[in-house]
Amino acid sequence: MKNDISIVLSGEAGQGIKTVELLIIRALKNSGYNVFSTTELMSRVRGGNNTTEIRVSNKKVQAFVDRIDILIVLSKNAISRIENRLIKDSIIIGQNSVIEEKYKNGGYKIKDVDMGSLAKEVGGIIYSNAIVYGLIAGIFNIDLNLIKEYITNHFSTKGKIIIENNISAVIKGYEKGNELNLEIQIKKDDKAKNQIILSGTESIGIGALAGGCDFITAYPMSPSTGVIHFLAKHSEEYGVVVEQAEDEISAINMIQGAWYAGARAMTTTSGGGFALMEEGISNAAITEVPIVIHLAQRPAPSTGLPTRTEQGDLNLALYAGHGEFPRIIFAPGNFTDGICLTQKAFNLADKYQVPVIILTDQFYIDSYQSIKSIDFSDFEVENYITKTDKDYKRYKITEDGISPRGIPMHGDGFVRFDSHEHDESGFITEDFDIRKKMVDKRLKKLESYSKESIDAEIIGSKNYKTLIVGWGSTYGVIKEVIQELNDDDLAFAYFKQVYPLPNNTKEILSKAKKLIIIENNATSQFGQLIKRYTGMEFTKRILKYNGMPFSIEEIIEKLNGIK
Amino acid sequence: MKTNFDFDNIPETSWCPGCGNFAILKVLKEALDELNIDPQKLVISAGIGQAAKISQYINSNCFNGLHGRALPVATGIKTSNPDLVVVAEGGDGDMYGEGGNHFIHAIRRNIDIINIVHNNMVYGLTLGQASPTSRKGSKTTLQLDGVFLESFNPIAVAISLNASFVARAFSGDMKQLKKILKEAVNHKGYALVDVFHPCVSFNKINTFKWFKDNTYYVDESYDNTDKMAALEKAFETDKFPLGIIYKNGKNKTFSENLKAYKNDKRPLYQREVNPEEVEKLLSF
Ligand SMILES: Cc1ncc(C[n+]2csc(CCOP(=O)(O)OP(=O)(O)O)c2C)c(N)n1
Ligand code: SF4
Ligand SMILES: [Mg+2]
Repeated sequence: MKNDISIVLSGEAGQGIKTVELLIIRALKNSGYNVFSTTELMSRVRGGNNTTEIRVSNKKVQAFVDRIDILIVLSKNAISRIENRLIKDSIIIGQNSVIEEKYKNGGYKIKDVDMGSLAKEVGGIIYSNAIVYGLIAGIFNIDLNLIKEYITNHFSTKGKIIIENNISAVIKGYEKGNELNLEIQIKKDDKAKNQIILSGTESIGIGALAGGCDFITAYPMSPSTGVIHFLAKHSEEYGVVVEQAEDEISAINMIQGAWYAGARAMTTTSGGGFALMEEGISNAAITEVPIVIHLAQRPAPSTGLPTRTEQGDLNLALYAGHGEFPRIIFAPGNFTDGICLTQKAFNLADKYQVPVIILTDQFYIDSYQSIKSIDFSDFEVENYITKTDKDYKRYKITEDGISPRGIPMHGDGFVRFDSHEHDESGFITEDFDIRKKMVDKRLKKLESYSKESIDAEIIGSKNYKTLIVGWGSTYGVIKEVIQELNDDDLAFAYFKQVYPLPNNTKEILSKAKKLIIIENNATSQFGQLIKRYTGMEFTKRILKYNGMPFSIEEIIEKLNGIK
Repeated sequence: MKTNFDFDNIPETSWCPGCGNFAILKVLKEALDELNIDPQKLVISAGIGQAAKISQYINSNCFNGLHGRALPVATGIKTSNPDLVVVAEGGDGDMYGEGGNHFIHAIRRNIDIINIVHNNMVYGLTLGQASPTSRKGSKTTLQLDGVFLESFNPIAVAISLNASFVARAFSGDMKQLKKILKEAVNHKGYALVDVFHPCVSFNKINTFKWFKDNTYYVDESYDNTDKMAALEKAFETDKFPLGIIYKNGKNKTFSENLKAYKNDKRPLYQREVNPEEVEKLLSF
């Protein structure tokens, strides 16, 4: 078999596919394979059909593929929704009775493995997950001791019997996997072992902690909620205040109180919640209180497709809040950037006293990939709080627009924040001249920030004639396509800072003869933004908005006609 | 008498002559002063409205934020630095209307703040519409035939949520108002002080005289720790009871329940953060 295999687990919500995913990707990675996994869910807690794709490869993988090499069927009706992703050589593994006749006669390789019965032999259907975990491990011939160790750790709090039964189940599955003899010969990659696997959610959570985040409040909304769950788990060790807010309006206002009193606070939300925060964002702008918001996009308008993905809220983030004021928006496309940019967001919010928004989406948040280790000693938690003196002026007019920010009980001055237009001391004013000065001062901060703006990255040929532009979570798929096509005329411009537009935007775009934009939305919001600021237009737009991320095959096909 | 909370130059207020807000401002400053509260330690978190302008007239720290949002801001402030004395202040529209959801949940959290609500039974700043506490039948600039909605009962709501301190006062009796405010400041945990006050410009029904005639003080024999008795009091509306209506021994505040304060009592800003300690989370 080839060096890049995609395994898809297809079953119902509530079957515990997530557990299998977490255990097996770790085992595969630590055995020297590159892995990537992504889940697509229906918005329900039980039933329906959910699938998880696990890619195993000899080189770095970080994108979704349509192609299914091995399909593991875990329930009835688990094939039809994804049948067009099967290929000639697809192997379908499952209990005979859950594989419909048409697939048995479809030319695929069918492997009858009755995972339910194997689980029952061990002690009950609840051990099915351990069987599946063992099965995949067996297919890849992973060291059995490693496999046992992980499952033991996973169930460490569940008591001896549960652990032993799970181990028996793993062994049964493992033997079956071996027996199938699928002859997988992916070359191992020594570097893979030393890498770290994490989810998009964890990248944001870890970045926040490394940025000194000590306060998070949020109202639950998929797909953003994982971040507050993550920080809750580490609340005691890192001293993080964690509170479930009564609504998003509370969350956005609470973090402003927190920053005001000296915390480094964030909130995490999705489009609907972010929309509720708009007035609060505007309040942060005039009071010049720093804020960090993680916005995990999902398809909208309104409730939309709660468990699916889209890059449809760029405009929302760009224009959120009444009035004119600066903001910074990051859109990490890989988890290294997720960590680094979230870390940086706290420093920048503190330094420039502006809202910093981290834009991700369901695909980013819910997938797992391995990254090279990061040296955390390079990170610095920059603290811009000033000790106040007696005649401290909160909104002092300065050259760069940044007024030193004091906090109560730190120095001799009073700290007066006001949402009305105010004078330098923070008192309400209706003086036209001061009003103008304050508007200018606030806007000036964006200019000041631009000096340390993060450039767009060029991936692929330096002498490109055709340039593909992408931002955020499409990074992985575009990068893999560029590598696969290996075309001297082709490059990819990856924007991880989407606002303000990076300083090199115009320069890199004007070098190309042909400009293509790829976005996971219907109206090419980033393309429009670029046009607005640079006047440049894209010759071709590749857009997708059915709720699914782009696949590698899809991008290659779309590019074929237009390159 | 000049207090520690007065400015050197007394600012011009934007209140109408004869408004009850003046009394509340005066008494609050005196109460804080008499309790020896250090102005450096005080933060007023205010919303928007005539009442909420009070933060402009007190010489201390303040966060004058959005209409309805004083409570979440106050929660963020107090939780980040529990050494601060935090007052969340605004009008009846501000706290019970626009901010109604926060009112419920600030009580549930038992956040250790003083929540002062200037209750004039009307929207002053927006020129006279009904507020949640407007009484049935009140004709306003917008409710031309009179309010027909049920009137919001903050005292009953707070008690039913087991608020740790619930009081009602009247701006026309500065002596009692001060006593109640002082107890609220000294109270550990969430303290609601709903202060009736006349709006001379827009509320021609609930005037100074009306409040005087339609209120009375709970007497010495009243046991304000008895929740059911307190609820009964809260439902008296032909004459409104004044005083501390309910108090309970709930003693764990929001911050005290948080893991962030379990091993370290220092305010968040005083803690050092070392990003290297985060690296171990990347071990998967
Ligand atoms: C989001 C929002 N909606 C509406 C307003 C307009 N507004 C300002 S104050 C107010 C109500 C004031 O009533 P209250 O809180 O009782 O204060 P009062 O003026 O009576 O003291 C309203 C509706 C606003 N500032 N913000
Ligand atoms: S409008 Fe009413 S509440 Fe406002 S200042 Fe005038 S009298 Fe007072
Ligand atoms: Mg009012």
